[in-house]
Amino acid sequence: MQTAAELSFAQRLLTLIMKRVSGPLVIMEVCGTHTTAVSRYGLRPLLEPLRLLSGPGCPVCVTASGDLDRMIALAGSGAIVATFGDLLRVPGNGTSLEQAQAAGADVRVVYSPLDAVRIAAENRDRPVVFLGVGFETTAPGLALAVKQAERESLGNFYLYSCLKTVVPALQALLTGDAPGLDGLLLPGHVSSVIGRQAQDFVASVHGVPAAVTGFTESDILLGLAAVILMIEKGEPGVVNAYPRVVREAGNVTAQKLLSEVFAAADAEWRGLGSIPGSGLTLRPQFARHDAALHFDLPQPQPAQQAKEEPCRCGDVLRGAIIPPECALFAGRCTPLYPLGPCMVSSEGACAAYYRYERKKGAVPA
Amino acid sequence: MKRVLLAHGDGGLYAAALLKTLFLRYFNSQELARLSDAALLPAVEGRLAVTTDSFVVQPVFFPGGDIGKLAVCGTVNDLTAAGARPLYLTASFILEEGLALDELEAVVASLSATAEACGVQVVAGDTKVVPRGQADKVYINTTGIGLADPRLVLGAERVTPGAAVILSGTAGDHGIAVLSCRDGISFRTPVKSDCAPLNRLLESVSPYYPAISWMRDPTRGGVGAVLNELAESGAADIVVEESLLPIRPEVKAASELLGLDPLYLANEGKMVIVVDENVAHNVCSALRAHPLGRDAEIIGRVEKGNGSVWLRTRLGGTRAVEMPAGLPLPRIC
Repeated sequence: MQTAAELSFAQRLLTLIMKRVSGPLVIMEVCGTHTTAVSRYGLRPLLEPLRLLSGPGCPVCVTASGDLDRMIALAGSGAIVATFGDLLRVPGNGTSLEQAQAAGADVRVVYSPLDAVRIAAENRDRPVVFLGVGFETTAPGLALAVKQAERESLGNFYLYSCLKTVVPALQALLTGDAPGLDGLLLPGHVSSVIGRQAQDFVASVHGVPAAVTGFTESDILLGLAAVILMIEKGEPGVVNAYPRVVREAGNVTAQKLLSEVFAAADAEWRGLGSIPGSGLTLRPQFARHDAALHFDLPQPQPAQQAKEEPCRCGDVLRGAIIPPECALFAGRCTPLYPLGPCMVSSEGACAAYYRYERKKGAVPA
Repeated sequence: MKRVLLAHGDGGLYAAALLKTLFLRYFNSQELARLSDAALLPAVEGRLAVTTDSFVVQPVFFPGGDIGKLAVCGTVNDLTAAGARPLYLTASFILEEGLALDELEAVVASLSATAEACGVQVVAGDTKVVPRGQADKVYINTTGIGLADPRLVLGAERVTPGAAVILSGTAGDHGIAVLSCRDGISFRTPVKSDCAPLNRLLESVSPYYPAISWMRDPTRGGVGAVLNELAESGAADIVVEESLLPIRPEVKAASELLGLDPLYLANEGKMVIVVDENVAHNVCSALRAHPLGRDAEIIGRVEKGNGSVWLRTRLGGTRAVEMPAGLPLPRIC
């Protein structure tokens, strides 16, 4: 929060919300960055009895364990593997990219996919694989990277796409056995690409009021206030509480870029299972950059999946539990020894709860 | 361009030439000039403080400093935080074959100038050369010797509820400055590293030494880590007010973009000082009167508790400030 005006606005919103909340309303913040922000701003205790649940909006967290195993196998294949830093410590089947790196794999952390293209240009004799994990916000950057590699004839640049789209996941969440949700906070960054109106179905089909919102305290409180007013009136809608960034139709240029480079495909989500049409895979004209087609990758082993059952990241991602309700939380599973991705990712709900909300009460007034 | 050769580590003529044409030109110490195997230092009255630190920062030159300046500041600040006045330094260089001699000279010049500026003598040194690829340009180890100031009695056991926690300036500048010029990450920011020796700054609050109970320079792990160390070892809670935390808007913006928390970003020219609440404002004003303490703030208080650090947000919420886990940025110092 930068200014006194913003602080006073946030305080007024908080008062407005608390005047109207008498029972335990449940609102899901779909996006992992929202979960982290809510924890970091210390909002949850201020909003009680309102309950905020985190959802499936942390891209690293929803990456299926089979995909993680394949990424680690890629790192062990001799290829240069470029990735966002978030993935480094995520545990796969008993190991991680960080461990593979320590054992000699060439893993490079980049902040932009274009840096991976540059690495490919500097190492034309070696395959360079970018691990594409993310939603519609990340995907356009990857589309640009693939086009750039194509333009520079970099046959050694590959994308391992675990990219996912939010709308099919929201549909799966709202039609599945999700806990009774009174409202949703919709992801601000993703909405800047897909637009507000693409999410109208949340209210029109499922009758759940929702607000697209940003990431400051006042953004989040504004979104919550909007949802609570809609609940009060019994008039569900999908409102834009982040108009300084999000447009009705979204970013059409980015959407065109996405459909030029990627096609929708079925994708496996941790916690939500396989969701039809929820993944982004490279179109045939870019097939030579598709790591899934060019590397011999291990098939997921049923035994491996059984092994990870005790970790309840999947339940956290569906809003079925909050992190402290997992038996492993803060005991066997900590940021130092994470057993699931939600404890590692900077957008992970378990990491946010561990970091900011593990210790309860006892705050001197 | 002249470069460091493996031969410069021969212990013979090449090594001697490097010593004479480069190192001795910058280090004005009679002890060094004797070129004996060990420095002989005059006896001092009082307790000695000794600390050692190795510097592997990448890149070697970063906005606001370089590995030479950092190698002095890091060790001088450790001595200062321990309540000692820094007197002597040793400097040991591990050089990568192929390092441009111009770059080495710039590092040595910077190390020498920084040592001189804070009144510390470099009295012993060493160089080794390793084959190309086995080090990254230059690593430096410095060992510092200081004289403990008897007026400063520091320790977590001396920290009592009610004491004020002062941060001598803005948090996170070094972390963002180094990160901004990292290969693969680089972004434009006006933020410079805060890398600076703090012994003179501390001298500016010497009238209040008896009221200071604890100090630490928040380098790796940032302010968040040192506050946790204090809370855990003193078995008290620390409550930090978000509204009082000095953080540059550029650091805040870059941190948000990169998903980092300025509380965990490294500093190389800041001190966390725990002081009796009655003189906290005087200490803060004295710090602010010094150029390196202009942005000093009382950021929070020590409270009764069991070893937790809390941040009270501007909206009135509270959340824990945990010990950081894992390295968000390797090789920042």
